[in-house]
Amino acid sequence: MNTQARGTARLGFLTAVSFGYAFLYIPIVLLVLYSFNDSRLVTVWGGFSTRWYSALFENQVLLTAAWRSLQVAVTSASLATLVGLAAGLALVRLSGFRRGLLMACFGSLLVMPDVLIGLSMLLLFVNLEQWVGWPAGRGLTTVSLAHLTFASAYVAVVVRARLLQVDSSIEEAARDLGARPGQAFWLVTVPLIKPALISGWLLAFTLSLDDLVVASFVSGPGSSTLPMVIYSSVRLGVTPEVNALATLLIAAVALGLLSAALINRFISRPDSSR
Amino acid sequence: MTSARFVSTSAWLPLGWMAVFLLLPVAILLRVSFSEPRFEQPPYTELFVIGETGRWLWEGTLQAWRWLFEDPTYRDALAGSLAMASLTTLTCLLLALPMAWAIARAPLAWRTPLLLAVILPFWTSFLIRVYAWISLLKPEGLINAALLGSGIIDAPLLILHSNAAVLIGMTYAYLPFMVLPLYATFARIEDDLLQAAADLGATPWQTFLRISLPLAWPGVLAGCLLVFIPAMGDFVVPDLLGGPDNYMLGTALWNEFFRNADWPTASALALTMLLVLLLPLALLQRLQRRSDVPA
Repeated sequence: MNTQARGTARLGFLTAVSFGYAFLYIPIVLLVLYSFNDSRLVTVWGGFSTRWYSALFENQVLLTAAWRSLQVAVTSASLATLVGLAAGLALVRLSGFRRGLLMACFGSLLVMPDVLIGLSMLLLFVNLEQWVGWPAGRGLTTVSLAHLTFASAYVAVVVRARLLQVDSSIEEAARDLGARPGQAFWLVTVPLIKPALISGWLLAFTLSLDDLVVASFVSGPGSSTLPMVIYSSVRLGVTPEVNALATLLIAAVALGLLSAALINRFISRPDSSR
Repeated sequence: MTSARFVSTSAWLPLGWMAVFLLLPVAILLRVSFSEPRFEQPPYTELFVIGETGRWLWEGTLQAWRWLFEDPTYRDALAGSLAMASLTTLTCLLLALPMAWAIARAPLAWRTPLLLAVILPFWTSFLIRVYAWISLLKPEGLINAALLGSGIIDAPLLILHSNAAVLIGMTYAYLPFMVLPLYATFARIEDDLLQAAADLGATPWQTFLRISLPLAWPGVLAGCLLVFIPAMGDFVVPDLLGGPDNYMLGTALWNEFFRNADWPTASALALTMLLVLLLPLALLQRLQRRSDVPA
């Protein structure tokens, strides 16, 4: 092939790649831009303004919902990290039927449509209440339990990937030196996979903060989470306040990711493969 | 206690959790799908009642399932979901192939930032990302303003609330799921192999089609499944960007539950979704077990 044709192919390829990235980022960039637009209309630039941000901080409904979502996210992410840690450990070190069962369950949870998870969780809570009287009614507890369940699958993936890289002979050395199995695990292996636990926690936290569908099914009266409130205002039309809120959320996520990357680099300098 | 005992004991936490929060709920779905809706708590009938003779009598019904098979609305929803999920998978694949290839062949220092740039949108709210498209697609939105302004069209395109809008939204939402496994398999292909192909006279395009793509086949399949499975049951995108014609399984289930308060039909729809997804799910499991494709 001559150089000119090669150049054309290269150009087409670069165009396709830039189109992909543009496709991913243009909507987000415009959203951020228009959160500072003084005009209510998206097509009209009415000048720079932070009025939607001030309006946001006076919107009690949104603020209460945000606080609720934050509580749910912290609770479910922390517990999901524990369940996910145990699951990741089992997926790496267990064999046979129980490992296969765990693989199937956690693997399915990763991709299962939200509506399916939401409805089945709701039915579970309704029946559990009938059988054992717990959880009484639906609210933040049921939302946290549901989030914890699907988020633990993501934590398990991250933990498993990291555990596969950790040399198990280090833990064996601790055992030879007299540590009990639990001690060896918590004092040797857990610190080694700390970066995975941190990114797993962050992932679980984000997923919980982001979830609309599952929360809609399992929440009760007066326990609407932030995405539920956003959803109902979006259904009524585009509101610039939501643009402002979205910008703040994006900024928070970007900051969180940046600090996670820095922590990761800081903790695991020698083998920063994740 | 030995190390093996420790692993075995701690495994009961996730196992028990899955038994209660995943397997039991599916069993309850099945049970509720054989009930009738009613205006009480819980809003579905019992399957067994104690008859006058003191014996348990079967009171279940196939009504919800019969509706599912007889009412064309549900058939359309299933067909709509299958079509839209397949189309989304295809567009994601076409968009992701050059991206994943570019990242995998980029200089080492560039790969992580480029990959992070693909993952970053995934970390921002799904709802907000879908919502962002509304301002772009609506008749008085930015895309129409740009096209009208440049004189390409003289009447605004009605993209919002159409199939096109749902396809754009779903492709946008699921693109990262396609790029990641593709990248993982592309990155494993040795440069030497491609150099050898080039030395033997293959054009870059030939090398890609005949060497790289066949080697990346597990990644392609994994990516397709990772997009197809959640797309089958998506609710947010067809609800916010689609119109009344874009009835899909996710929207049908949502409406049965939230609008009609018909829990049995919603349960039957959920089980239908699960049945349709069982094969793709099993395929994905096999793939991940064999070749550690990251999820």
